[in-house]
Amino acid sequence: MKITQMAGRALPLRGDDLDTDRIMPARFLRAVTFEGLEKHLFEDDRAADPSHPFNDRRYSGATVLVVNRNFGCGSSREHAPQGIARAGFDAIVGESFSEIFSGNSVMLGMPCFTAARGDVERLQTLVEQSPDTVVSCDVESGLITAGPLRIHASLPAAARDSFLSGQWNPTTMLLDDFDAVRQVAEKLPHISGF
Amino acid sequence: MPTLFQKVWKAHAVRTLPSGQTQLFVGLHLVHEVTSPQAFDMLRQHGWKVAYPERTFATVDHIVPTSSLQRPFLDVTAEEMTAALERNCREQGIELYAPGAPGADRQGIVHVIGPELGLTQPGMTIACGDSHTSTHGALGAIAIGIGTSQVRDVLASQCLAMEPLKVRRIDINGRLRPGVYAKDVILTIIRRLGVNGGVGYAYEYGGSTVDAMTLDQRMTMCNMSIEGGARVGYVNPDETTFAYLKGRPFVPHGEAFDRAVAYWRSIASDAGANYDDRVVIDAATIEPTVTWGINPGQSVGISEPIADNADGEALTFMGFARGQKIAGTKIDVAFIGSCTNGRLSDIEEAARVVSGRRVAPHVKALVVPGSQAVSRAAEAKGLDQIFRTAGFEWRGAGCSMCLAMNPDRLEGRQVCASSSNRNFKGRQGSPNGRTLLMSPAMVAAAAIAGEVADVRQMLTPAQV
Repeated sequence: MKITQMAGRALPLRGDDLDTDRIMPARFLRAVTFEGLEKHLFEDDRAADPSHPFNDRRYSGATVLVVNRNFGCGSSREHAPQGIARAGFDAIVGESFSEIFSGNSVMLGMPCFTAARGDVERLQTLVEQSPDTVVSCDVESGLITAGPLRIHASLPAAARDSFLSGQWNPTTMLLDDFDAVRQVAEKLPHISGF
Repeated sequence: MPTLFQKVWKAHAVRTLPSGQTQLFVGLHLVHEVTSPQAFDMLRQHGWKVAYPERTFATVDHIVPTSSLQRPFLDVTAEEMTAALERNCREQGIELYAPGAPGADRQGIVHVIGPELGLTQPGMTIACGDSHTSTHGALGAIAIGIGTSQVRDVLASQCLAMEPLKVRRIDINGRLRPGVYAKDVILTIIRRLGVNGGVGYAYEYGGSTVDAMTLDQRMTMCNMSIEGGARVGYVNPDETTFAYLKGRPFVPHGEAFDRAVAYWRSIASDAGANYDDRVVIDAATIEPTVTWGINPGQSVGISEPIADNADGEALTFMGFARGQKIAGTKIDVAFIGSCTNGRLSDIEEAARVVSGRRVAPHVKALVVPGSQAVSRAAEAKGLDQIFRTAGFEWRGAGCSMCLAMNPDRLEGRQVCASSSNRNFKGRQGSPNGRTLLMSPAMVAAAAIAGEVADVRQMLTPAQV
């Protein structure tokens, strides 16, 4: 499936270095499936703060999450982006992301756009003031529009190309040329046994 | 002139994918119970088999109870997740080390047992569904933490689709002062370069301080690379590495070992290697370091006040003020363990501090060895008795209170002196719990004093 554009209302979530333990506390990893994780997104933060954006009904039904710096740092748990995607989000816009988090998100077909801090903050402010604003994200150009706001964001080149070609879920591609895999393996001393 | 990263990458590169990413062969895949069941399900749905079961090894660590390793576990979910991994490994022909099964004596934290068994070797690419996979870089491997969809990819194809990283060389030079450990070095690096300073980079650690470190100490450093944003951290293999590996179960013997050493030497970064960035740190400037905040970059030296520009949210959550010193902070729990600091030498360093002393009455203190082998080695040296006599609990192997997926967790606003790797809000199981990261020796000192204390004042002249 090619992923080219997404548009919908947004949820502004302010704060730097929001780690995956905050996004999905470890006790919700005690399961053999990802089902139901959307119910536990930011569960402890939401309980501690009644005005947390994920508690705010004005943002219910939002499909674009707007975050700040180093979002998704910490644990590699895919449970974090799984929870976000299962809650109905199909894109995240932020100042920066941890590598493992953004890579995991690509595998779920959920782009993590990066933009300058000022632009992200303007977008957050706009959505806080007008929660019904539709935020549109374009994978190819990186252009994000929201009401009068136009932001130039970007995706890592490989992520952008794989969304546009529909090959963001790479397993089949990795199995395409298995002879080549075996040839590389045979040449490695730790595989062939020195 | 290439770095180790570039050489290992090139040796494992299968081809360039249409996206521009590299299809990278994975030399060793390590699997545990928490991030793999969904991946095995995806394989079943597609009818795929594990491509290289002989290069895949599994254990249970995150959820296992450490109070008793008897099966079935009293914790029903822990038993269910362990049983699921047993079934998945049986179906796919993967070797599994779990309590109550053959090979149980090899069970432990995945990042402790890999090096311990000699599965981890220089020049390999290693993947595991855990961010602390960077640990294995201490042996000169390129070890990559991945999510569950990538675990599926590696199971099905033994490959990852990835872009290469830049390499930042971090030199630490000089002798560490007494009471200062690898944990203090890596906390200092993260503090100086930032929790996201390493995004896009592999960290190559070197310099005379690292040259003089044991493998256990190098593992502590590489383990926390990810806390600085670097997905990969490594040390070039040297004589210390080869001596560590010799005789381990999965390491070649005899002439094959000599051939392996020759290969391992060849994959080290060349003397004139080009780095994308360089950082130099003077070991003499590092003192025992403790985190005061809610990420691993928010730390201070034990004699230093918390900075005037410290983050307000973190200070409020932790109950600290700008200008305050961390020494004297009352603690409720002391935890020695984790993939960062749960190895034999960590437990030995802590035991030196604990020996002949008592845990403060209000402190719950526990030692959780990183593996059953660490546990046996410590017990053979009588270390368990030193801790038990002092009032510590001596547990079975697992991740335990590092992330509180088992019954070991903080309650309410408890403060924990912890030798683990993350002080995130809620990390140790209570949403309001507070974690102070420090070296195992500093945790031992805090357990005895009942408050954060400078371990240097507890070491005898002979020990320093």
